[in-house]
Order: sequence, then C-alpha cells, then structure tokens
Amino acid sequence: MLYITLLDFSPIKPDLGLILWTSVIFLLFWYILGKMAFGPIASALKDRETTIQGALDEAKKAKEEMSNLKAENEKLLVEAREERAQMLREAKESGAKIVNDAKEKAKSEAQKIMTDANLEIENQKNAALTEVKNKVGIMALDIAEKVLKKELKGNPEQEGFVNTLVDEINLN
Amino acid sequence: MRKLGFIFLFVSMACFISAQQHSTKRTSTQSTQQNHQGHNHDHGDHSGHNHAKGDHSGHNHAKGDHSGHNHAKGNHSGHNHAHGDHSGHNHAHGDHSGHNHAKGGHDGHAHGDDSHGGHAHQNACGHMVHDHSAEFNPGAVAFHHISDQNVYSIGPIQIPLPCILYTHKSAEGGSKFDMFSSGKFKPDYHGNGSMAYNGYVLYEGSARRVRGNFNREGLVELKNGSHSVYAVEEMQENGKKKDQLYLCQGGQSFKVDSKSTLDGGLFGGGITSFTDFSITKNVVSMLLVSLFLFWLFRKVARAYKTRKGMAPTGVQGFLEPIFVFIQDEVAKPFLGKRWEEFIPILMALFFFILGLNLFGQVPFFGGSNVTGSLSVTAVLAIVAFLVTTKNGNKDYWKHIFNMPGLPAWVKVIVTPVEMMGAFIVKPLTLMLRLFGNMTAGHMVIVIFVGLIFIFGKNGMNPAAGWGMVVPSALLTMFMMAIELLVAFIQAFVFTILTASYIGAATEEHHH
Repeated sequence: MLYITLLDFSPIKPDLGLILWTSVIFLLFWYILGKMAFGPIASALKDRETTIQGALDEAKKAKEEMSNLKAENEKLLVEAREERAQMLREAKESGAKIVNDAKEKAKSEAQKIMTDANLEIENQKNAALTEVKNKVGIMALDIAEKVLKKELKGNPEQEGFVNTLVDEINLN
Repeated sequence: MRKLGFIFLFVSMACFISAQQHSTKRTSTQSTQQNHQGHNHDHGDHSGHNHAKGDHSGHNHAKGDHSGHNHAKGNHSGHNHAHGDHSGHNHAHGDHSGHNHAKGGHDGHAHGDDSHGGHAHQNACGHMVHDHSAEFNPGAVAFHHISDQNVYSIGPIQIPLPCILYTHKSAEGGSKFDMFSSGKFKPDYHGNGSMAYNGYVLYEGSARRVRGNFNREGLVELKNGSHSVYAVEEMQENGKKKDQLYLCQGGQSFKVDSKSTLDGGLFGGGITSFTDFSITKNVVSMLLVSLFLFWLFRKVARAYKTRKGMAPTGVQGFLEPIFVFIQDEVAKPFLGKRWEEFIPILMALFFFILGLNLFGQVPFFGGSNVTGSLSVTAVLAIVAFLVTTKNGNKDYWKHIFNMPGLPAWVKVIVTPVEMMGAFIVKPLTLMLRLFGNMTAGHMVIVIFVGLIFIFGKNGMNPAAGWGMVVPSALLTMFMMAIELLVAFIQAFVFTILTASYIGAATEEHHH
C-alpha cells in the first residue's frame, strides 16, 4: 500500500489565496494587454490586411492598364510605321515627279533657249548679211564709180546705164 | 541529430544531479532514523519501567496524551518488541515481561502500518512516525512536486517567498495578519522548515499554523530540525482514517493545521484556523509569466506602430502567426460579426494559459504547476463563464429557459438540462480539463524521473538505479515532447471552447 492520501494532493484543493491572486493577475493581464496589445494588434492586422488587399487590387488594375497601354502603343507603332512608309512612298513619288518636271522644264527651257539662239543667230546673220550686202554694194558702187569715173568720164549714157544696174541690185 | 544528442545529454545530466541529491538526502534521513531508533529504545525501556514500577513519573510517556494518541494505532508497547532490544534490556524486570505477556497477542504486533516497510518509529512525543523519505514513494514525490509552495526551490536553492497569513478570529490569539519571508523557516530540500515563526511552521513547502499553547512570538528553533512536523494516521469519529500533522517540541505535541483551503474538508483539506494569502510559487510563476508577456507584447504592439505597413520581423514575425491563427481559426468562425470585441479575452486566455503551460515545462526552473492547480483553472473558467453570461442575448436565454418549438412537458426536462449545461457543466469541464491534463503531465514526468529511484530501491541497489538513468531520460524526453504539444493543445482547447460558448450566447437566431 502506498502511503498516499489526499492530504498530499494539494493542487485539487481550492486555495483562497491562490484564487485571489489568480483573479487579480489575470484580470490585470486581460485589461492591460487587451488595451495595450491585443486590441491594437488586431486592428493593425486588419489595417494591414485592407492595405495589402488594396495594394493587390491596385496592382491588378495597373497591370490591366499596362497591358491596355501596350496594345495601344503597338497599334500606334504599326500606324506610325505605315504612315512612315506612306510618307516615304509619297516623298519618293513627289521627288521623282519633281525631277521629271525639272527635266521637262529644263528640256523645254533648253529648247526655248536654242530656238531663241537660233532666231538670234538668224537675225544676226541676216543683219550681218544685210550689212555686208550694203557694204559690198557701197564698195561695188564705189569701185564701179571709180571705174566708171575713169572710163566713162563724161559719158552720160554709161552713167545712166550704171545707175539702172545699181537700182536693179537694190531691188534684190 | 546533434541537437537531439545535446538534449539527451542535458536530460541525463538532470537525472544524475537529482539522483545524487536524493541519495544524499537519503543518507541523512537514515542517520536521523538511527538516532531516533536509539532514542526510541531508551524510551521503550523507560516505558517498561513506568508501567511496571510507576516511579518514573518524570518521563513524558507517563502523560496521558501519549497513550491517548496511540489508541488508534494499536498497541504501542507491542511495537517496541519489534525492535528486538526491548526484552534484552528488560531482563531484570521480571514483572515487565509479565506485564507484556499479560496483554497477549504481542508477538503478532502486526499493526496495520507494517506495509510501510517497517520504517515507523516512536518519537519523543510517543507518536508513531513513518519515515516518508526513507523509502521512495513515487506518488508522494509527484504530489509534492506539483503542489503549490511557500518556497520556490530550484534544485538545491530554496528561494524564500513572502508569506501573508491571516489567523482567524476563532483561533488562539485572535485574528491578525502576519507578513514575513518564508526564509525565516529555514527550509530544507523537502521544503520542511527547521524554525517556527509567529506560531507558523513550514511543512512540505507550505506554511501551516501550530495549534494550542505554542509560542507565537517570533522565531522558535525546532528541536528536531526539519523533522519536527510529521503526519500521524488517526481514526476519525466517522471511522475514516485521516492524516493529522503534529509538531513535537520539548516532549510536548502540538497539532498542526493542514494547508488552508476552501473545501471544508471535502478533499481532505479540512477547516483550518488560518488562511494563506501568500505570494506562493504559483503566484510568482504567474507574475513572472505575465510580466514576460507584457514585455513581449508591448514590443510587438510597438512594432506594429513603428513598422506600420511593413512586413513583420523578429518577435513580431514569431507571434503574428499564432495570433492570426487564434484570430482566424477561433475568433472569426465562432463569433461571427462581433469577433473583434472578444479578441482581448480570447488572446488573454490563450497566451496566459500557454505561457504558464510552457513555463511549467522548463527544466531546472522549478516546474511550477500553475495551470495544473484547480484554483487557477477555476478562476479562468469563471471568467470565461462570466463573459459568456454577460454577453448572452435574448435568444440565448430563450433557448435555456424556454426552448422554442417544444411541447411544455418536454420543456420541463430540457430546461433543467440546459441550465445545468450553461451554468455548471461548461465551466466545470473547462476547469477540470486543463487542470487534469497539466497535473497528469507533470506527475508522469516526475514519476519517469523517479524510475531511477524505484529501480535503484532508493540507494539500496545503485547499479540498477544508474542503469535506469538512460531509459528514464528517454522516457522523460518523450513525455516532455508530448507535454510541449499538450501545452499548446490545452491552451487552444480552452480558448476555442470559450469562443464557442460566447459564440452560442451571442449568436443571432433566425426562426
């Protein structure tokens, strides 16, 4: 037989002192920690939860926006590329046209210059010919005059024949 | 693996140290026992003289109270025969032996206490004293280790605690408060004091009041040192046996009160002439754990302010998952919309219980059994009950007193059952579950360590004792691991049940 009686088993006995101290300590523990720690921690956790949820939502939204922006950018890029191509094409075309026009113009200008030059040359030639003719006429006249003066001095018949001849030349 | 090995070494060392303590203790007890025996034989002789001749009236044995005390124990002189010296000493007194023989049945001297291993002896006051420490009694050791005490003993160190003792009006000397340090008792390893102070003595770690005409002024040195107070099994008027404490001082015996309790004798406590309001080991443990948790949670709460919106680190990161677990798994599912209101009480219950459960598991730290004390769990259960009752809504009371949808005759049965459930069963089970689990765990660990002394026969068979060190350490480690789990589970269970009770009381019913 073991020498155990309930006298030794004190944890089961309600001890007034321990009950009082436990009450005091636990109630203080509850009150102070509730005010100081448990309440604030719970609300801080809640705040953080909302913050995190908000941040996540925002991130999702931003991501969506980003993808939208990207699509738009791509579209813009494609458009820009097309535009550039078109512009290049147009530029090329207009360049070619300008060159052609210029060529045409140059050609016609050259033509015109040529024509004008020819005309001038003709005019000049005519003028020169006329002048030469005149000079030659005058010179021939002079010569004839001198010849005639020498041979037909005082011959009015001759003189009148010569004058008729000179008149005939002038008519040409 | 290395970590495990280290823990194992640690526990083994613990076992060695306590083994050595116990064996030294034992030798000292043996020597005192021998002294007592020597003493005892003398008295036995004298007693023989007294009876035979009647001229040694100066001896205490002649006093009436001595024989009176021993009525219940059976024949006192018969016991003396058991030591075998008696007859040798008394050869000369022919009438003495004649006297003994005349009584008859002496040779049997089989008093009911023989089963204690024959370590009983008679002290100066004529009491049969059982040497508790001479044999190893795992049950008694476990009870001693889990009990609340007026000293905080860590290994060989006895830390004195403040004693606040109130003497009742009806007691000798009338009502008064005594406040002093338990160091005045000069306690030994077992928490037995060798001094009395203001009429109080320390026995098994707790202060008890000496009854009768004892010196109640200041320090009194006890003649038998820390063995002065002892238990005697007495027959009560109702025929039941009960241990009564006595103090033997100067040949005179004084009754000593049990630990003060409120049970009115229901659990063997009895009605005492004083009430103990001391800062006991359990109170000190509660204060230490509370202060530690204050410090810890203040730090954590500050971290939430200073590091607002940032990820938790350090202690904050360690405690947050536990906090969130209780919040999300206990408070929110059971309390619905009102969960935030009850966060403080649920967290306070959980962390208070968890802290104390774990504190009790720390080796070499006194192993205080706070949550394994019925007084503590009762207070916690009552707080839980009051919170539930205070927050009970109309539906809750309606379900208890007037369950809707039932015929009147069924209500007659259901209402008392519901009332019992709400007012008695729920708080009672809360209280007993925590108490039982923690006390059992502590006791099993003490007994597993005690295997060393059971096998070593408390020093008689040291080889077996040493051989038991490793198995005992392994078993203790296993039990400690389980207890670690139990510490969390019980704190969690207490909290979740409280939450469910509050939830049931605050739930909005839709009929």
